[in-house]
Amino acid sequence: MITQALLRALDKKALWLVAILVALAIAVPAANLMIPPGQPGHVPIYVVTLFGKYLTYAMLALALDLVWGYCGILSLGHGAFFALGGYAMGMYLMRQIGDRGVYANPVLPDFMVFLNWKELPWYWMGFDQFWFAALMIVLVPGLLAFVFGFFAFRSRVTGVYLSIITQAMTFALLLAFFRNDMGFGGNNGLTDFKDILGQPVQAATTRGALFAATAVALALSVFVCSMIVNSKLGKVMIAVRDAESRTRFLGYRVEYVKLFAFTVSAVMAGVAGALYVPQVGIINPGEFEPANSIEIVIWTAVGGRGTIVGPIIGAVVVNMGKSYFTGALPEFWLYALGALFVFVTLFLPKGIVGLLGQWRAVSRRHEPARPAAGEAQASDAEERGEDPTTLIGDPQPKPAE
Amino acid sequence: MINAQDTMLYLDGVSVAFDGFKALNNLSIIVRPAEMLAIIGPNGAGKTTMMDIITGKTRPDAGEVYFDGRTDLTRLDEAAIANLGIGRKFQKPTVFESQTVWDNLEMALKKPRGIVRTLFYVAGDEDIARIEEILETVRLTDRKEDLAADLSHGQKQWLEIGMLLAQDPKLLLVDEPVAGMTDAETGETARLLTEIARTRSVVVVEHDMSFVRDLATRVVCLAEGSVLAEGSLEQVSANPIVIERYLGR
Ligand SMILES: Nc1ncnc2c1ncn2[C@@H]1O[C@H](COP(=O)(O)OP(=O)(O)OP(=O)(O)O)[C@@H](O)[C@H]1O
Ligand SMILES: [Mg+2]
Repeated sequence: MITQALLRALDKKALWLVAILVALAIAVPAANLMIPPGQPGHVPIYVVTLFGKYLTYAMLALALDLVWGYCGILSLGHGAFFALGGYAMGMYLMRQIGDRGVYANPVLPDFMVFLNWKELPWYWMGFDQFWFAALMIVLVPGLLAFVFGFFAFRSRVTGVYLSIITQAMTFALLLAFFRNDMGFGGNNGLTDFKDILGQPVQAATTRGALFAATAVALALSVFVCSMIVNSKLGKVMIAVRDAESRTRFLGYRVEYVKLFAFTVSAVMAGVAGALYVPQVGIINPGEFEPANSIEIVIWTAVGGRGTIVGPIIGAVVVNMGKSYFTGALPEFWLYALGALFVFVTLFLPKGIVGLLGQWRAVSRRHEPARPAAGEAQASDAEERGEDPTTLIGDPQPKPAE
Repeated sequence: MINAQDTMLYLDGVSVAFDGFKALNNLSIIVRPAEMLAIIGPNGAGKTTMMDIITGKTRPDAGEVYFDGRTDLTRLDEAAIANLGIGRKFQKPTVFESQTVWDNLEMALKKPRGIVRTLFYVAGDEDIARIEEILETVRLTDRKEDLAADLSHGQKQWLEIGMLLAQDPKLLLVDEPVAGMTDAETGETARLLTEIARTRSVVVVEHDMSFVRDLATRVVCLAEGSVLAEGSLEQVSANPIVIERYLGR
């Protein structure tokens, strides 16, 4: 039974996506390490890290899509789960600095020495061990999502109200992490990392490995999401998205369906955040900024919600645009982002993936010498059965009533 | 007063008000096992509201609602009530439009509803056979791969009836099942519901009198939230108050 469910996860599209990501995990670091600089095919180290960062964003967008695109929960607080995973990783990295900090305190991170703290707070215990940090990366965002979701979904908070309280959640965390006495480095956050798993974080080999780890983690997320959305539970999630109360009358506990999706999604976001931090070299409270969470929604919408590949494309494309704009025309980025969102909402409700599907459908219609009508119908139906999300004119995901 | 025991559905003195407007007013209705009850009555009589109360969507202000002679439905939520074995077809057909006919039925099929069991669910041969049988019954076999959104209004009604069958409930609440159906389809629906009522309890709400006549069963006429008349269709439709308040208009 379980093997069958696992096999079902790898439909043709997911298989392709996983294969591409695994290939990237090997090829990109190899092109940096094996091909000497100046030779064709060499990938500079900054590009490796830049795209590693994009892939963590892609994972975050995929996580959001699981709850928004498939289950109709528009979370405007997913940045918080990402940041929490990031902080857990940051705490591990801080403790790896050891006595190489400015104050050369073997146990206390610099900011604690600066605040005149005498000993490590209890919640920093264990973070010198990677396994413990890894556990927290999964557990902290997961637990927060579980508790938050439990109360929110049980009291049937939906639609705009849910979006607002998720936004409030990330804002509350932003304020909390800004405080110096919280013990997370306040305003400055955690930075100046030295080692990860005994390897220097700045080394090209480490950066290549981090890129590979991110690509593999994204491939795993694709696998997990694909398994969920292809299962009967995935169908029930879509049912909840399209007609929440009807789903209850079939006997499904809508609040638990949502809670499951929300928790899995938060864990995925947390892992993405943990992979993000060693690649960018810093985590600070700015990651809890409500605007960050809104950006994730835009990536997902641009790529195409309710699909697996959409949010990945959206996150990478929008962030490539962001990197370009913030270099060339920094003051215009926010306007460009806003305009993009408005444009996509009005003209591309299914995002880039929807556009590709539309284009494919049109080019097929123009194909000359079509086979007999009966066969044509059959292929249409097959297309529909295979991928209802790229169809033009099928019902839009809408916030649950 | 009749005892709640030996009844499938027992409503006694149920009242509910929306902003002071009494949608149900001291309503008492009983449905026995394997019995069909047809409910008629003017618009706004409270027929749909009664179903809302039975299925846990609306809480009554007063009164008792018992299922299967012992379970107090006013304490349970929608999912729990559905899992007890009460299925409902809505007045406005509500199927999952962005999913296929087959998937709609698969979700409705009586199977464990837990998260893990649903995640790892694999349709067995029995399940597939059962869904195919239902497709046959509701005449949607050749539409099984189509999205529910692409069905005609009448076909959506049938799909929803099919979902009811898939749930395998003990009590079916069917709200205006033949709206938008052709005469032939209406006759077919009457036959199907009569067949179902041989083994289960069925409550049907309809305005279509010829359909109610085809059902040939006990009829209750509701008006302004309470029972106006009760009996066979002949008795009810000969009742002068019913003629004045409902049929004569
Ligand atoms: N949730 C609600 N809030 C306020 N008023 C309501 C609500 N539900 C029903 N009503 C009112 O209660 C009355 C009974 O409505 P109900 O839908 O039960 O009638 P009905 O007998 O099903 O009518 P129809 O034959 O038109 O379907 C109506 O006046 C309706 O406006
Ligand atoms: Mg009604």
